[in-house]
Amino acid sequence: MEITVQEFKHCDMITVKGRVDSATAPQLAQALESANDGGKYKLVVNMSDLEYMSSAGFRALLAAQRNSKRYNRGEVVLASVPERIREALELAGFTELFKTFDDPLLAVGHF
Amino acid sequence: MKNVQFAAKFEYLDDIREFVGDIARAGGFSDKDVYNIQLATDEAASNIIEHAYKNDPSGILKLSGEMQGDAITITLTDYGESFDPSVVPMPDLKADLSSRKIGGLGIFLMRKLMDEVHYESKPDKSNVLTMVKRKR
Repeated sequence: MEITVQEFKHCDMITVKGRVDSATAPQLAQALESANDGGKYKLVVNMSDLEYMSSAGFRALLAAQRNSKRYNRGEVVLASVPERIREALELAGFTELFKTFDDPLLAVGHF
Repeated sequence: MKNVQFAAKFEYLDDIREFVGDIARAGGFSDKDVYNIQLATDEAASNIIEHAYKNDPSGILKLSGEMQGDAITITLTDYGESFDPSVVPMPDLKADLSSRKIGGLGIFLMRKLMDEVHYESKPDKSNVLTMVKRKR
């Protein structure tokens, strides 16, 4: 798994590549936490090159969404969610908790 | 039947997914089914490492898989603390963000993604989780 962070005027984009499972999810959680710790609560998680995500990744996203939405200060949105991952998120009832965008730049434009 | 054995470490999840993915793919499952079989097995193995062995890397996780006709059977055996997934309550998927619980989600996914999930704690102290998925 590989994570890169890009700063935009109104939000940060966190791009996650590769596979997120119980071994790598702590790194994703860490990246989301450090964004929040740095006062960034408007976050786009770009999944265009994500191959796989287990519930360990879902857990990291949920924690970040809770923290970001507190006091109405922001939210986490998902961009370019691959089909298999979207199906698993749907099964877990997570698609109602996150806005999703087909294109990362549309997601950036949302903020 | 193919068998493989791993130390109870998350770093082996890649190999665990590859092992079941190869059997499912060779057995003619669709890409979607292969992904979901891998996801269910990952969730099962993660639960064993985290809950049965409490992240003690000296724990042993045995994995086997085989095709029988149109179905794949995956068996995970551990010697850690017994943990019966059938007593874990289903997560409330309608709960709002603040009250959403993440616990039990792995087991929920296993049950949803596979056609059968069985769990047995045996007298020899082993715990055997068996999952079956049939081709559509």
